[in-house]
Order: sequence, then structure tokens, then C-alpha cells
Amino acid sequence: METFERKFALQVPSSTENLALIREFVASAAKQAGFAEKEIGKIELAVDEACANVIEHAYGNDANKEVIVRAKLDEREFSIDIEDTGIGFNPATVDQEELEQLINKRKTGGLGMRLMKTLMDEVRYDIEPGKKNALHMSKRLNKG
Amino acid sequence: MPNPFSILTETEDDFAVIKLDGAVDAHTAPQFEEAVQNVIDEGQNNIIVDCEKLTYISSAGLGVFMGFVEEVRDADGDIKICGLSEKVKQPFEILGFESLFHFCPDVESAKDKFSEPTNWEEAY
Repeated sequence: METFERKFALQVPSSTENLALIREFVASAAKQAGFAEKEIGKIELAVDEACANVIEHAYGNDANKEVIVRAKLDEREFSIDIEDTGIGFNPATVDQEELEQLINKRKTGGLGMRLMKTLMDEVRYDIEPGKKNALHMSKRLNKG
Repeated sequence: MPNPFSILTETEDDFAVIKLDGAVDAHTAPQFEEAVQNVIDEGQNNIIVDCEKLTYISSAGLGVFMGFVEEVRDADGDIKICGLSEKVKQPFEILGFESLFHFCPDVESAKDKFSEPTNWEEAY
């Protein structure tokens, strides 16, 4: 049986200004994958959260760096890969505090990773300190 | 960039209404944060955030609600959220905002909500 695969890629300067462009790119690719409007919104948000983390934390808002988002569609799933060469982190040590605790501490962040994990079927980090940080996320097509 | 975003703040005697128009993401959230800070600096702690024209919000925008709500509640005020579309409401629901904030259909009902006593301490 012939396998079906389609790839999309977007490369933009590492600036939060480009998050809207990244969302547009991902929404358009997810639409081609046949996802319903609600699911497209979820993918858009997960990728936005991931790229905002890269821009702000890995690259420290250095617009001379670049963010590369790769999307892949096959018969089974829609996947997103985001790779950076900035400051890495250990996903296992990221606090997953409850919303109540974050509010009590008047924190404004700490929800991005939880959102990504809720919105996508799979979220996997591959961190090689000093070399590269790779994030792989996917959503199965048969989930509608 | 295709990210038109604007904020309009209307201050009345008893409330400030902050109207968000467009997408709140990590790029535009600082403007939202500044708008809330300005209202609080002017001494208004009864804040309504009108999301009728909000097209998108990420955790950077949700963080603004989280960062200020304790401060205004300590001053006997609150932040009420109104006018959210089903699509934009999704991240609020996923993260459990509905148990910690009042969501109202429109600005008028949000104003009425301020007259209802709420013990948020019990919610935490």
C-alpha cells in the first residue's frame, strides 16, 4: 500500500511578534489534515505555547535566533516538531502547580506545559544539554 | 504581522471595563498587563474584562488574570470575565478558571455580579 505523507515547515525570527504567523501556519496545516475547527484551535494553542517558551526561555527574546516549526501529516497522525539550540531545561523538574497555588503566589506563568499536554495526544521532549532541545507533539487523526 | 490587537479601558465610578479586541498571546499580553495595572494604580479594584471581541488567548494572557486577581480581592475588588466565545473559553476551562473566577455573559451581568458577596477564600 502506498504511504501518504505531507510535510510543512516554517522558519521565523525568534520574536513573539511572529507567534501570530506561527499560529496561522499551524492552523492551515491542521486544516489540511482534516481536523475540525475545535481541534485546530487546540493544536494552534499548543504550538503557540511551545514556541513562546522557545522564544522567551530558550532564546531569551533574541530575535537573531530562529524558530523552526515542522509539521508532518501521514495516515495516522498530525505531528509537530520544534527544535532549538538555546538554553535547555529538564521537563521533569518543571513545577506543575495547581491554578489555586499559582494565583496565591501571584504567579503569571506555569501553565503552558500543562496546556500542551492536555491539548495534544503526545508531548515529548528530547533535551541534549548544550546541543539542542527538541519537542515532538502529535495528535491522532481518527480523534476528529 | 497579522496580529491586530487593541485595548479600550472605560472607567466608571464603581467599575473599570477593559475591552480586549484581537488576540492575546505572549506578544500582546504585556499590553493587557499594563492596562490592568493602570486601572489598579488609579484605585479601581472592581475590574471587568470584556472578551466579546477577543479572538484568541494563550497562557500568557491567562497569566495576567492570575497575577492580579489576589491583589484586587485583597482590596475587596474582583476581576470578572465576560463575553467569552466558546472557542476562546477553551483554555480557561482546561485550566480550571471557572472555579476561581466569575464568567458572565456580558458587561451588565458582570456589573450585577459585584453586588453578590463571594468568599473566594473558600474556593482556594
